[in-house]
Amino acid sequence: MTNYIGKSVKRVEDKRFITGQGKYTDDIKLNGMMYGYFVRSPYAHAIVKSINIDRASKMPGVNKILVGADIPEAIAGVPCGWQVDFKNGDTMKEPPHPLLVRKKVRHVGDGVAFVVAETRAQAKDAADEVDVDYEILDAVTCPKKATEEGAAQVHEDAPGNLCFDWELGNPKDEVAAAMAAAAHVTELDFSNQRVVPNAIEPRSAIGHYDTAYDKYTLYTSTQNPHLIRLLMCAFVLGIPEHKVRVIGPDVGGGFGSKIFHYAEEALVTWASKELGCPIKWTADRSESFLTDAHGRDHVSNAKMGFDSEGKIVALQAYTYANLGAYLSTFAPAVPTYLHGTLMQGLYTTPKINVDVKAAFTHTCAVDAYRGAGRPEATYLLERLIDLAALEMDMDPAELRFKNFIPAFDGVEQEGYTTQVALQYDSGNYDPVLKRALEMVGYEEFRKEQAAQSNGKLLGIGFSTYIEACGIAPSAVVGALGARAGLFEVAQVRVQPTGKVSVFTGAHSHGQGHETTFAQIVADRMGIGIDDVEIIHGDSDSVAFGMGTYGSRSLAVGGSAIVNSIDKVLEKGAKIAAHLLEASADDLEYAEGKWTVKGTDKSVSFGDVSLTAYVPHNYPEGLEPGLDFNAFYDPANFTYPFGAHVAIVEVDKETGEVKLKRFIAVDDVGNVINPMIVDGQIHGGLAQGIGQAMHEGTVYDETGQLINGSYMDYCMPRADDLPSFEIDRTVTPCPHNPLGVKGAGEAGCIGSTPAVVNAVIDALWKGGFKVKDVPMPMTPERVWTAMNN
Amino acid sequence: MGNMITVTVNGKEHSGGVEGRTLLVDYLREHLGLTGTHIGCDTSSCGACTIHMDGKAVKSCTVLAVQADGSEVTTVEGLANNGSLHPIQEGFKEEHGLQCGFCTPGMMMTATDLLKNNPNPTEDEIRHALEGNFCRCTGYHNIVKSIQYAAKKMQSPA
Repeated sequence: MTNYIGKSVKRVEDKRFITGQGKYTDDIKLNGMMYGYFVRSPYAHAIVKSINIDRASKMPGVNKILVGADIPEAIAGVPCGWQVDFKNGDTMKEPPHPLLVRKKVRHVGDGVAFVVAETRAQAKDAADEVDVDYEILDAVTCPKKATEEGAAQVHEDAPGNLCFDWELGNPKDEVAAAMAAAAHVTELDFSNQRVVPNAIEPRSAIGHYDTAYDKYTLYTSTQNPHLIRLLMCAFVLGIPEHKVRVIGPDVGGGFGSKIFHYAEEALVTWASKELGCPIKWTADRSESFLTDAHGRDHVSNAKMGFDSEGKIVALQAYTYANLGAYLSTFAPAVPTYLHGTLMQGLYTTPKINVDVKAAFTHTCAVDAYRGAGRPEATYLLERLIDLAALEMDMDPAELRFKNFIPAFDGVEQEGYTTQVALQYDSGNYDPVLKRALEMVGYEEFRKEQAAQSNGKLLGIGFSTYIEACGIAPSAVVGALGARAGLFEVAQVRVQPTGKVSVFTGAHSHGQGHETTFAQIVADRMGIGIDDVEIIHGDSDSVAFGMGTYGSRSLAVGGSAIVNSIDKVLEKGAKIAAHLLEASADDLEYAEGKWTVKGTDKSVSFGDVSLTAYVPHNYPEGLEPGLDFNAFYDPANFTYPFGAHVAIVEVDKETGEVKLKRFIAVDDVGNVINPMIVDGQIHGGLAQGIGQAMHEGTVYDETGQLINGSYMDYCMPRADDLPSFEIDRTVTPCPHNPLGVKGAGEAGCIGSTPAVVNAVIDALWKGGFKVKDVPMPMTPERVWTAMNN
Repeated sequence: MGNMITVTVNGKEHSGGVEGRTLLVDYLREHLGLTGTHIGCDTSSCGACTIHMDGKAVKSCTVLAVQADGSEVTTVEGLANNGSLHPIQEGFKEEHGLQCGFCTPGMMMTATDLLKNNPNPTEDEIRHALEGNFCRCTGYHNIVKSIQYAAKKMQSPA
């Protein structure tokens, strides 16, 4: 029956991309369209004393220059979609985030004025002539320093720059008692540095108000058009939702940064009516660096205690999380419910406490970036356990086997309840690490490492991770502070000729939904894949949707499609039964036809479809048509896991690190399209390795982002990376109809600590017993670690 | 629009006026509507705008439109021949060398230039040739395979 699921079907969407016919937001040109360009603050913290637009307004082509004071008071700032309360129950600090600042700028890149002109070049020229008088103030960029006494204040109503403090797990005194009784404690102070998502397509938005229909259209490079519409209409502009259409056309990568509702989207939408013309804004890359929400940025201290056998007995983590200057859409959830909840990892640790302080700083907002909180949790755990193995002179793989949670399938055996508020769905952790060791040739490698004597230090690093994906059960996230449900929506519309249009609320910006979802539909309905079309990204054609992030598209969106198909087939069976003069209970559906069991009497899907729309000979009382939707709210998160191994060579003289091999064995549950899953893993690995070896923002003490361009920020390039060696095991998810867990973030979550651990291993084996090399591990940093 | 230029793009001659500062990439996208060539940065680093000018791969954000006067330009829209895909396009599809597709046109233009000069490159040579083209989706793994696919295909008799 399965013709497509599990096969590497080539992607349907490729044709338009390889022929240059993809349609990204900046490719769209509307009649009478004007171009917008922002005047952005060059200072991290300053009072805007005056803005003079006289000279700029007279520049050629200029239509209008908007400043903060032009925006009506009724238009609220950009909202936050998740509320985390202080430990004492107080509501988190939620300072306003205006579309354009009025009095004070709070990070380099804060929007001060918006210039609209006939061409982009003219808007840029005029923006140069807008004269802003700033009174420069002190700035703070580090989340830990921001909470210290005397630090510059980002918002008047957030004393000590604290947005909230938060704690999860067992009581601290219980953890401390277990730690005190431990035979060995490994402690590490470290940073999980800030990185920039850097989708290669810069953000872009076009607002278009159509007077004929009194309707706005926003084209925007987003991962979730409906969510943008909801946030923008209900919380920012106060315009009725049915009068706004949001289209997320082809989108050139997101990695989290295009989830959030940004000020620019609301501004072009509102201004298109004010100015009476469509307005396009597309970010420069430098502007993307300054305004796309960044990722990570934790400063942490963590301790892991072990008994004399090497069993983990306690974990205590303290983290300062940087939120930037304003709260981005999901920012509060990232260092808390997407981070603290993952501190169990794959281990049976009986006592765990996570303590987080989230701080405002004079920097760009920080929010979800591929993995979002889970990479930070994995980094903390996996650095500690590998370091502990070195300190205790134990094998890092053995130490993990000793501590893994025993296998459970979530059906015969219950899900595993953690100390940090989750119940894992299904897991079988030994095989991923065993397979990875096999692929490495572990024993041979250790021999080679011991024999190495050419001035190069070989090292191996492990990371065995778990993630919470398939985001998320609405009631659960609601209880944790989400201001939205996280279900997904699908509509399966069978056309009279038996062709099928599927509308999904998930959004593809590289994930290949047009192929993977079509494979599911074709298989379940027993029709050809060419007879299926997947439609997404338009709030006027797709009923509703929550979009794509948190490795949710297949687990949540795919499940919604399955449920819609079930409804179609159930109704189809009634029509078929009528045509076959049989009872629906006596029919079976396979390979595109209903057959009366035990006979050769059958009717095809195409005939039933036609009958549904030409209901001449039709069951009494049944509505015509064959078109169903489903809202799928998952019962739980899904929990993919895996084992990643890095092998590096460190040059003793220069500190240069060469990543020689990278092995990843992931378990993402059932796989619909292996080729696409492999591709997701590859991309995630490159980003995780990028964080370990190349990437990281550098803010100076005044709050300047001094590496805010591709000349200065080191993106991983083709010649920085090896070909990846990957494999997988399959532990199905027990609670969704496809048994899938999600593959979007796995590569990025597991890989970073493996690379750093490999360098630490190389250094220890070379006689340099250093506990940490800060990321990114540049030659200078590695050399300094060896020579201090 | 003081500068008249004539450029042959994908075999078709275009004449028109451009500002002296107009970049070739903006000329292609805005004047000619050839939006397959993308802009990913402002520092000539990412390679999303790579095209062929007089047979050589160049970053079209680093060339002024007036410099292209009298030149032969090929963009991604001109890669396929009478509807049949170029081997590099086939390679990217067969080996899943693209995800979001944004870097893809530039990648393919760089790759075809590489294969012209080095029809049978090693993996290291391919990776080296791609250092001026960023991809954030694929980790480059399948891009390398796509180029190897094209190399093989272009060498085997049709």
